[in-house]
Amino acid sequence: MTYIAKPKLHHPSLQPNALGFTRRDYEGRISTLCAGCGHDSISAAIVQACYELSIEPHRVAKMSGIGCSSKTPDYFLGQAHGFNSVHGRMPSVLTGAAMANRDLLYLGVSGDGDSASIGLGQFAHALRRGVNMVYICENNGVYGLTKGQFSATADQGAKSKSGEVHVDSAIDLISMALLLGASYVARSFSGDKKQLVPLIKGAIRHKGAAILDVISPCVTFNNHLGSTKSFDYVREHDEAVNAVDFVPAKKEITADYEPGTTELVRQHDGSYLKLSKLRPDYDTSDRIAALAYLQEHQAQGELVTGLIYVAPEAADLHDHLGTADTPLNTLTEKELCPGAKALEVVNGEYR
Amino acid sequence: MRAIAGQPLAATNDFVVKFANINGSGSASANELFARSILRMGVPVASRNIFPSNIQGLPTWYEVRVSGEGWLGRRGGVDFMVALNPQTFDKDMASLEPGGYLLYDSTKPIPPEKFRLDITVLPIPLTEICNKAYADPRQRQLFKNIVYVGALTSLLGMDLEAVKWLIAEQFETKQKLLAPNIQALGFGYEYARDKLKDRCKLKVKRQDKVGERIFIQGNNAAALGCVWAGATVCAWYPITPSTSLAENFNRHASRFRIDPVSKKKNFAFLQAEDEIAAIGMVVGASWNGARAFTATSGPGISLMSEIFGFAYYAEVPAVVFDVQRGGPSTGMPTRTQQSDLLLAAYASHGDTKHVLLFPEDPHECFDFAVAAFDLAERLQTPVFVMMDLDIGMNDWLVEPLAWDDTRRYDRGKVLSAEELEAGKTFGRYLDVDGDAVPYRTIPGTHPSQGAYFTRGSSHDAYARYSEEGATYIAGMQRLLRKFETAKCLVPKPVVREADQKARFGVIYYGSTAVAMNEAVAVLEKKGLPLDLMRVRAFPFNDEVEAFIAAHEQVFVIEQNRDAQLMKLIVGECAIDPAKFLPILHFDGTPITARFIIKEIATRAGLAEAEAQEAAQ
Repeated sequence: MTYIAKPKLHHPSLQPNALGFTRRDYEGRISTLCAGCGHDSISAAIVQACYELSIEPHRVAKMSGIGCSSKTPDYFLGQAHGFNSVHGRMPSVLTGAAMANRDLLYLGVSGDGDSASIGLGQFAHALRRGVNMVYICENNGVYGLTKGQFSATADQGAKSKSGEVHVDSAIDLISMALLLGASYVARSFSGDKKQLVPLIKGAIRHKGAAILDVISPCVTFNNHLGSTKSFDYVREHDEAVNAVDFVPAKKEITADYEPGTTELVRQHDGSYLKLSKLRPDYDTSDRIAALAYLQEHQAQGELVTGLIYVAPEAADLHDHLGTADTPLNTLTEKELCPGAKALEVVNGEYR
Repeated sequence: MRAIAGQPLAATNDFVVKFANINGSGSASANELFARSILRMGVPVASRNIFPSNIQGLPTWYEVRVSGEGWLGRRGGVDFMVALNPQTFDKDMASLEPGGYLLYDSTKPIPPEKFRLDITVLPIPLTEICNKAYADPRQRQLFKNIVYVGALTSLLGMDLEAVKWLIAEQFETKQKLLAPNIQALGFGYEYARDKLKDRCKLKVKRQDKVGERIFIQGNNAAALGCVWAGATVCAWYPITPSTSLAENFNRHASRFRIDPVSKKKNFAFLQAEDEIAAIGMVVGASWNGARAFTATSGPGISLMSEIFGFAYYAEVPAVVFDVQRGGPSTGMPTRTQQSDLLLAAYASHGDTKHVLLFPEDPHECFDFAVAAFDLAERLQTPVFVMMDLDIGMNDWLVEPLAWDDTRRYDRGKVLSAEELEAGKTFGRYLDVDGDAVPYRTIPGTHPSQGAYFTRGSSHDAYARYSEEGATYIAGMQRLLRKFETAKCLVPKPVVREADQKARFGVIYYGSTAVAMNEAVAVLEKKGLPLDLMRVRAFPFNDEVEAFIAAHEQVFVIEQNRDAQLMKLIVGECAIDPAKFLPILHFDGTPITARFIIKEIATRAGLAEAEAQEAAQ
């Protein structure tokens, strides 16, 4: 068999969350990715975030496309339904699923080939529609499953393992997301769990399109000298604009922060994002300034991470479509079928 | 109708009127008014819009066949031409039957030698009449159309009150426009009555042949079917000739599907960025337990193919309306064909097969739309409703749409939280019932039971990734068995046997039916008995094979170049191709009874002269 089930043994010291689930209840099968792959750290961060937020695992729909990253939904939230769609089309499948049932949490996991090349169109349109989702792009700049070709997010001038230099301009998914109207935009690094987990938690609690571009080094094909997506390179060039702490809705906010250096952003569900400003001049509510900031720092070779932009009261797809609050997939003949009498009226209009 | 040499055509309730207009001149509603007025007189009509892929300026035609006998296919030929397009004037005149009539705008008279000698010319100074009556240039243009309808009302002896009544209904909410329209109608009526008295021997006479029937486009009827079938998600991308199906769904759902308390929509209507995204959304929504569909045409089917394969293999329901147009490539976007059969039947790479339904008219578009959702959910697979432009975008006279309030949707094999709680074994691709249709669960149903991973990669009965040869084969063989189950569920063919033993069988499908019905009546009168079978679905039920086996030779009538249905039958039923005589009509216009009569008569060995005569 080519799948590996994890044994269901719970260590007695595992702490249950508010729902009585332990961290283990958020895990999936054993990963088949390369040892040390950044993607596994992201899966672990997703597990941590869902555990800490006490998300019911079965109320999550895990959606992905094709590629190393798209395999990962099998490796977390084993009690959630998963959908490993075709290459680059996860956003549309997720959009359809979200239309059918607005009450689940939609977690889309994709990679840079899936999102920035074959699926760039779907990536763009899902964001501009404000689909209520968490979209994580596990970005390593390289095609892993086909053994090391550059992807569209590879930086101009970056070197492949075989020494080839990438000549095309890189696609920056985060700048695109800002232009397209995503309402929660963040970038992180798979090696920085402290930054990543709260960003995922904030994204989960965000209403609207949340995108996380997570640089996730490929240990096998893109972790060498000359790569701009290696562990060493990212650690050296990571410039975080803020440190995010997630504060749940129920928790009382005490004035334990210094004004000017800390900012509280209240999200739609009443939870807060507590932002410790690492760059005092950075404003997460200014989309235009964020774009300029990204471009300036990118030109200097810096990789801007943290919460880049958030519009906490953004409208989502269902607001745009005007769909009813009851999930469409729960409606029955009673609500759906106008019946014989109504059809007779319609017939009369075509005589 | 028989033409007497040198005489003007004379007929009552049996002739073809064609309007030659310029796209964008506002003629469409006037032409439709003409057709509907005849229906109001109880006389059946078949109307067809022949239009270019253009918004303004190119030639467009509207053909109305008046048939007291109730033949609703295109007959072929034109008896009365309303020639209002100088670009096509010569060609339009040339297309008239000998003894036919030509109405034209004589404001600028055309010299007599320009006209055929064997036709009756009916000059009406439309522009002059309108210029005199109206100052506004747009009104001058628009009312010209109503003026010629007025003239036709007089020339054809139609009921003026019936036309006025229809205009009144049309402008019920725009009273300001009512009086000027009635006035324009009067201008035309009076001119023809006074100046062209007794010049036209084609007449409409009140009958009682329309009954309860309705006059509706297939796209509209299919859209109504989607609403009544409980579809809640429509994801689509605009493409001729399917666009009005999606738009009509939105219109009807906005009327019938508003939550009474919140006033919000119990449906989601989304225009996707392309056809790939549209089908992706449909599959995502269906996977999540909603009834979802898309409407498209051939180029869209090509684009959607990868996801069709996914839905086939991962066993996700999807309903797809393919309103076929002329291919290949961009082809003839505003012309009709039945040329996507092979594409749809096997869409996607690898071994795939899909369920296809072939509605014959808008009435069946409604019924098959409803059936498609039941089938897709029962079989957990994509179901294609194979319409075409002729059915989709033309008004057809059909039996009223019907709904049985005791009917329940067949939502297929979906395990509820209670069933999962009770410990019912769940293997997503496990054949529990022996019909090769597995059980599925909807995301979010149960906290610890029933979750599975949907994937397009090879999987075992428990949805786990597997590349084991035996596991893969077991899955693929089960899908074949599921297709066998589908045979028993899809609509059966409609067979009509001749009174006497027939050497020949005829197989046909979809919009060909109306022309075929007429053709067989004529051919039987000529002494050629034919057994007919209208195929309504793929996979083919056993009846299809039995029908073919029972005949020496079988005509297959299709509106494509490659005899696609024949090939599907040959391949799927393993029948010798020599058994078939394909009759293929694929110039982009709807097939005519005359064409079928001529082809069958000739190939069935009726003498040439007889065949020619039969076709008249």
